[in-house]
Amino acid sequence: MVAARSRWPYICRRVPKAVDIRGVRRRFRIPRGLFGAEETVLALDGIDLSIEEGSFVALIGPSGCGKSTLLRIVAGLDTPDEGTVEVAARARGEVAYVFQDAHLLPWRSVAANVALPLELRGVPREERDAKVLQALEEVELSDAATRYPAELSGGMRMRASIARALVTRPKLLLMDEPFAALDELTRQRLDERLLALWREHHLTVLFVTHAIFEATFLAERAVVLSGRPAHVVHDAAVELPAVRTAATRGEPAFARAAGTLLAALDQGPG
Amino acid sequence: MSTSRSFVAITLPPFVAAVVALAVWEGAARALSVPAYLLPPPSAVASAAVGDASALAGACVTTGLASLVGFLASAVIGVAVAIGLASSRIVERGLYPYAVALQTVPIVAIAPLLVLWCGAGPRAVAASAFIVSVFPVITNSLAGIRAVEPALRDLFTLYGASRSQVLFKLELAHAAPQIATGLRIACGLSVIGAIVGEFVAGFSEGSPGLGILVMTSYRQLRTDLLFAAVGCSALLGMLMFGMVSAASSLVLRRWYVAAR
Repeated sequence: MVAARSRWPYICRRVPKAVDIRGVRRRFRIPRGLFGAEETVLALDGIDLSIEEGSFVALIGPSGCGKSTLLRIVAGLDTPDEGTVEVAARARGEVAYVFQDAHLLPWRSVAANVALPLELRGVPREERDAKVLQALEEVELSDAATRYPAELSGGMRMRASIARALVTRPKLLLMDEPFAALDELTRQRLDERLLALWREHHLTVLFVTHAIFEATFLAERAVVLSGRPAHVVHDAAVELPAVRTAATRGEPAFARAAGTLLAALDQGPG
Repeated sequence: MSTSRSFVAITLPPFVAAVVALAVWEGAARALSVPAYLLPPPSAVASAAVGDASALAGACVTTGLASLVGFLASAVIGVAVAIGLASSRIVERGLYPYAVALQTVPIVAIAPLLVLWCGAGPRAVAASAFIVSVFPVITNSLAGIRAVEPALRDLFTLYGASRSQVLFKLELAHAAPQIATGLRIACGLSVIGAIVGEFVAGFSEGSPGLGILVMTSYRQLRTDLLFAAVGCSALLGMLMFGMVSAASSLVLRRWYVAAR
């Protein structure tokens, strides 16, 4: 089942779109001076991007280019000034968002943090507990269920955050540089765990990062944005086998694929 | 037995300091034969406290109840006002200056108004305790609610949380340590507010409060009883502080686990 998953499914049949972004523009007004003067900054300049269901797409770009803004727009946390965004997953809990920091509630135990999305939806307690246990198992955090966020390492906190995102069984997982603050080894382990979860749950993942090697390792397809105002400068499949392991990082093809992305990132003006 | 040693280590120094200070006071008052109406020795204060024990106890209860009512009103209304102010920037801009104004008007100047509105007696005294103690509750609670990270608000929005879920599961839970700080400041202030309120508004039937006891002992030059009443008001403030601290550490134990 897992092995049969084709990298280019839409050659054979039309795959439904998980996200369809057309001509999205977003401006921000930044106040200047005392008398209400404002400066308008264009963050997103006509973004077109459509993502097939079940794909893993990395969104790469220089810092502050508007990657996070685009992700917030897809999540429905921000609205574009122009253009349309269609997201297939619309029901509550079908879209999950993982932030740059774990953003756990410090007064709740790990299990209570993971239970939060279900609690907000009014899921009964017994059902909640079972789902929380399962989500914690998936990120290998069952032992820490009763501990508090302040007692955990950065990697464990991020795993708790991912468990919280997975507990509602989302269809679309939006991730905003989730592992940026972690050490390299922890980050690589979490990348591998994330790929396994993506396959198991048939998720659609939109993964924002500025780390080229991470994007190369994770994504089926990489979209590179230019500096502000952001537009798409590169959008292509990552030329690597579908199933990736820790060994993939050492292969010549990996370095070539990363080089392609680096070149695209360099090209983008700004 | 390290816990009992640390208990002794915490309680012994202030106890020794008090004994030394009282001994010096007692010795000085006797040696210099200071008139008792200016500075009574501690032994005279103690015997006055024993002699007028029932009056002092009644005064503590009267003032204590008024402080408690004023403090509870501060806690409920202060947090409610903070929630209201936090609900929108415009509401905050429009009303916050008046909350500050409430803080800056001297309570002695408002106290006669309270007598006009509530009549002399416990209600005016409790109102005075409330006015003096409500401001720290408002500012601290507001700061706590404002400090909620935008990402956490996004998280609640994403999962379709209702306004009341955001309020109770996010804003108030997040602000709990700051609210507790506001309440700890407020409980001491409420005792001060009650005693000042009694100076102006405390004359009525029933057991007179500590403020009245201070005024009458002053007029009768019973300085020993005056000292005993001042001591009682300090004890009352500490008792309130201790109760609020204990209650808040009970409620906040999860926060303290988190901070450990």
